[in-house]
Amino acid sequence: MLSPYRVIDLADDRGIFCGRVLADLGAEVIKVEPTTGDPARRIGPFYRDEPGVENSLFWQLYAANKKSAALDIASDAAREALRRLIASADFLVESFRPGYLDSLGLGYDDVHALNPALVYVSITPFGQDGPYRDFAATDLTGSALSGFAYLTGDPDRPPLRVSVPQFWTLGGAAGAAGAMTAYAHRVKTGRGQRVDVSCQQALTRTLSHAPQFWDMNEIILKRSGPFRPIGDGRNLRVNFECADGYVNYIQPGGATGGRGMAALCTWMEEHGEGHPLLSGTDFGTYGFGQLPDDVLDAMSETLEAFFRSRTKHYLSEEAIKRRVLLFPVNDPADVCSYPQLAARGFFRETEAPDGGSMTTLGPWVKSSERPLQLRRAPKLGEHTEEVLTGLGLSPDDIAGLRASGAAR
Amino acid sequence: MTQPFAQPFEGLRVLDFCWVVIGPMTTRYFSDFGAEVLRVESSLRPDVIRHGLPFAEGKPGTNRSGYWANYNSGKLGLSLNMGDERARYLAFRLATEWADVVTENFTPGTMEKWGLGYDALWEHNPGLVMFSASMLGRGGPYDSQPGFGPVLTALSGHTNFTGWPDRVPVSPYGAYTDFLIPHIAFTAVCAALDHKRRTGQGQYLDLSQLEAALYFAGPPVLDYLANGRIQTRNGNHDPDMAPHAVYRCDGNDRWCAIACLTDAEWRALAQTIGRPDLADDPGLAALDGRKRRESELDAAIEAWTITRSPDEVMQACQAAGVPAGAVRDCRDLFDDPQEAHRGHFVFMDHPEMGRYASDANCFLLSDATPEYRRAPLLGEHTEYVMRELLGMPESEFRALSDDGVFQ
Repeated sequence: MLSPYRVIDLADDRGIFCGRVLADLGAEVIKVEPTTGDPARRIGPFYRDEPGVENSLFWQLYAANKKSAALDIASDAAREALRRLIASADFLVESFRPGYLDSLGLGYDDVHALNPALVYVSITPFGQDGPYRDFAATDLTGSALSGFAYLTGDPDRPPLRVSVPQFWTLGGAAGAAGAMTAYAHRVKTGRGQRVDVSCQQALTRTLSHAPQFWDMNEIILKRSGPFRPIGDGRNLRVNFECADGYVNYIQPGGATGGRGMAALCTWMEEHGEGHPLLSGTDFGTYGFGQLPDDVLDAMSETLEAFFRSRTKHYLSEEAIKRRVLLFPVNDPADVCSYPQLAARGFFRETEAPDGGSMTTLGPWVKSSERPLQLRRAPKLGEHTEEVLTGLGLSPDDIAGLRASGAAR
Repeated sequence: MTQPFAQPFEGLRVLDFCWVVIGPMTTRYFSDFGAEVLRVESSLRPDVIRHGLPFAEGKPGTNRSGYWANYNSGKLGLSLNMGDERARYLAFRLATEWADVVTENFTPGTMEKWGLGYDALWEHNPGLVMFSASMLGRGGPYDSQPGFGPVLTALSGHTNFTGWPDRVPVSPYGAYTDFLIPHIAFTAVCAALDHKRRTGQGQYLDLSQLEAALYFAGPPVLDYLANGRIQTRNGNHDPDMAPHAVYRCDGNDRWCAIACLTDAEWRALAQTIGRPDLADDPGLAALDGRKRRESELDAAIEAWTITRSPDEVMQACQAAGVPAGAVRDCRDLFDDPQEAHRGHFVFMDHPEMGRYASDANCFLLSDATPEYRRAPLLGEHTEYVMRELLGMPESEFRALSDDGVFQ
């Protein structure tokens, strides 16, 4: 879909997902990385647990579909090549600290003069200016400042992040959205512009209705562990232990929730593990969070006992048949054996770093017109020659750049 | 080149059957940036979050949910009783005569049941881009399984990765995956629209919320596939950084996160907390030594943070070059100087709710300013759509209205 367009991707591990999204949709994404390899290549774990610049699974995932041109942009000669590359591009994506690229003569104003139609996407923790502009950030500190951590975790312990980093991945995704908005504008105006992403804002936008609770009702929502708050200080358990892990069951209320809960009651009764109070309740007449206290208590205790002695596989398969809104809390192994993903052919084979074959995630959207591509992540400098030749550099020029260490 | 200051999506027409969060948040990008977005609803079966908390002044009402308003600002409200054949025909006309894009996130089969499946529409509007975002995608054994956002975090692995290793996992707050996917979903719709602009060809996009969500929890999946390792939740600790935790500060439930990415950051932190002895301890100079003594270090740091406010801790650490972030609750977010600098909360006036706060987008454009307009009342623009967009005579509009077609 985006095959006519070229993206120069200077983003390291912190903005890496943006280029991946554009590459998936067909753009030519040239990752310009240091001659020693992008920092993302050093993030573990590694393929077959063997560290090495080609083996990072993080890199394999988020650099798929990209090309790699290895250039030392601190060197004048490489920077000159990069300028010419940027002049040929439609998008530039970067995630350096604000001001860093300006110091190299590659800031927005410099580049805009060089290529006025270029869309220039900057992905940083807090944006290009403001009081936190120069703050150092990690996924954890970003989760704190965005409001995410306060709402996540057990009430008697500190606020939490997700153990799989979210802050930059979300910022990268938002960068892709901004890039296409700016591109739509370019179609109208002929001009490129800067897209200035704040990862803090991107994570704040995941807080659902929590900020509105403060704005409208002056209520500060708090973290509630494996429960969901349902008003008046009451909680509904949503994550339950089962025989080999955990399952998720949310009683949503209303007609749908009523049907599901009735089916669950029948199922428990068939095993002689029902509860008279639950069987006697017409759940469909209660909205989410409106169940009486005694029903809520009976539900917690009956469900906990029923789920604890059964496996997540049995519970979730049976739930599908009975149309009960119960789902397994998948760990990575469960994800890989989830039947729906297999049936849709989501997992795909791709070339592994050692030349063999490895399984990876397939495209995240299906197109009736142009199926999304899936090419393994590039090796360090795999496309340096192709890219430089395309700029009109001779084999001697390229050999010169390599000999001086400006390219690899 | 048209007018230089037109909005990015000015002139674009979106027929939006999306509901709850993931769909409406995706299409809100279009209404923020100038497109005409018709939000199709029915008063007989309102969007579930029209009745979702919180309500203005705590009073329930179809037009009073702050949750709903946040994801529907700037859209036009159209009410159609899709149980009525005439309503379905009007929707068909809008999709084939008016729309550039049709969006929906129902259980697969719903649009087909109404005669609004892509094949039926494409025959009359070959340039149409249609976007579907069902929970588990079309096809496969579970595609008609009912569900909603919060359960997807269980399926995608996010739930299992959130919590303490010695306890039941918690979930990220709310329908978490609903807020991740819209960014890339919108990107895909934009790419399809650009493809249509260049080739005239429309297309159908089928997004499985589960598959898209996995890109936000993907590396551990690859770790399992390549190495057979099953990673799990780890509280706030991190295999590649130490110290790395959220520390209790002065006050009730007040906290600050601190993370040391490098050895130099660790030494700077130890000096900042007044522990030069730890800064100079050779056993702590490298990550593996700090990981071994992590609980000792966490206690030393908390002994310093406990008497200070989160902002004091954050400022002292940042001044020393150490990543730190005060834990913001939702009230704090409205006062956070950086969010305020970026204009994160936008306040709008609404005829029933009064003034309410909505989230701005998380990117700023140097050359375009989004137009944030209040969310519509249910069916507020039905007459405009019928009379102006479809050219319906007033008498016909009144007659259909009396028959309940616009309920």
